[in-house]
Amino acid sequence: MELFNHNPDFKMDVLREVGNIGAGHAATALSRLLDKPVDMTVPTVSFVPFEEIAERVGGSEEVVVAVFLRVDGDSPGNMFFLMSRVQAAILLQVLLGIEVAENQEYTELQLSALCEIGNILAGSYLSSLADLTGLTMSPSVPSIAVDMAGAILGYGLLQFGTMGDDALLIDTTFLKGEQEAEGHFFFIPDPQSFERMFVSLGVPLE
Amino acid sequence: MTEDNLIKVGMADLNVASGGAVLKTTGLGSCVGLTLFDPDRTVAGMAHIMLPSSEIAREGQLNIAKYADTAIPELLRRLLELGANKRRLVAKLAGGAQMFAFAGGGDSMRIGPRNVESTKLALGSMGIPIVAEDTGGNFGRTVELNSQSGIFVIRSVQHGVKEI
Repeated sequence: MELFNHNPDFKMDVLREVGNIGAGHAATALSRLLDKPVDMTVPTVSFVPFEEIAERVGGSEEVVVAVFLRVDGDSPGNMFFLMSRVQAAILLQVLLGIEVAENQEYTELQLSALCEIGNILAGSYLSSLADLTGLTMSPSVPSIAVDMAGAILGYGLLQFGTMGDDALLIDTTFLKGEQEAEGHFFFIPDPQSFERMFVSLGVPLE
Repeated sequence: MTEDNLIKVGMADLNVASGGAVLKTTGLGSCVGLTLFDPDRTVAGMAHIMLPSSEIAREGQLNIAKYADTAIPELLRRLLELGANKRRLVAKLAGGAQMFAFAGGGDSMRIGPRNVESTKLALGSMGIPIVAEDTGGNFGRTVELNSQSGIFVIRSVQHGVKEI
């Protein structure tokens, strides 16, 4: 993207901080929900080829639980909250006291609960970004899918699809306490959103 | 089957195979996995189509494997090079799902069905018959085409394995 020709490191740093603030708020929300400490990593911000995006969560065919929100407003984009089935089982167990066996199908209630957790976390991610940038970011109603990572993430790449073969991804991993199960926030702003974000944050474009 | 005769087709990618090699693409959601097969010559091709039309492309260097209207002619050209006869080619396709359901939803939400529509349109204009398909729904698919038998195998999380 041409926008990143000038001063790319600084711009990437700004996006990393954007991801850090958003995911930080979301991790705090998750920690309150669970009443347990939640650790998160420093976000990685990079142009990722479409082919490799699913590798971040175990490969194209890996089954993941994904909550998706389409973000409209000044700075549109796609927001995914992705977790493994193990992580989803832990969340259900801690929050609702529901035990889910490894390969058991989720009930309507369990899906709805997971979807709502994703909604709360993504909502706190986005509202902290909206506060930071002063841009409106209105998430759609959340939608949940339990399916292959490749099939799910392909959906978030369509806006970048018309521009090239890679997407700018802001990825934050979080880990709950001593448990090994991990979850990801993938924020994929639409290509035209970056300029607006930079302008409102006072980042010089040229 | 050994790893040697497995040819992987990535997202927005296409490839051809012959002599029993297997073409495979993983994690089709709204994308369409299109295959063409010549049973006499046992040559086959597969494209992982991401978007319906190159008219919406804003990229400098067009990736022709990405769009239905450009990928299919290219796949046909590659197959003819391998010795396929256009009149014997048959098409099978899978994918084009709508992974997330929203009330209302813009045009981009219907990208799966639109990919299927424009794939069929392009096949129709070239006179290639569609002999089997497994499209739509709300689930992801991984597909394989055997270039010897023309058997198209579709795997999904919810529905297991299916051959068409």
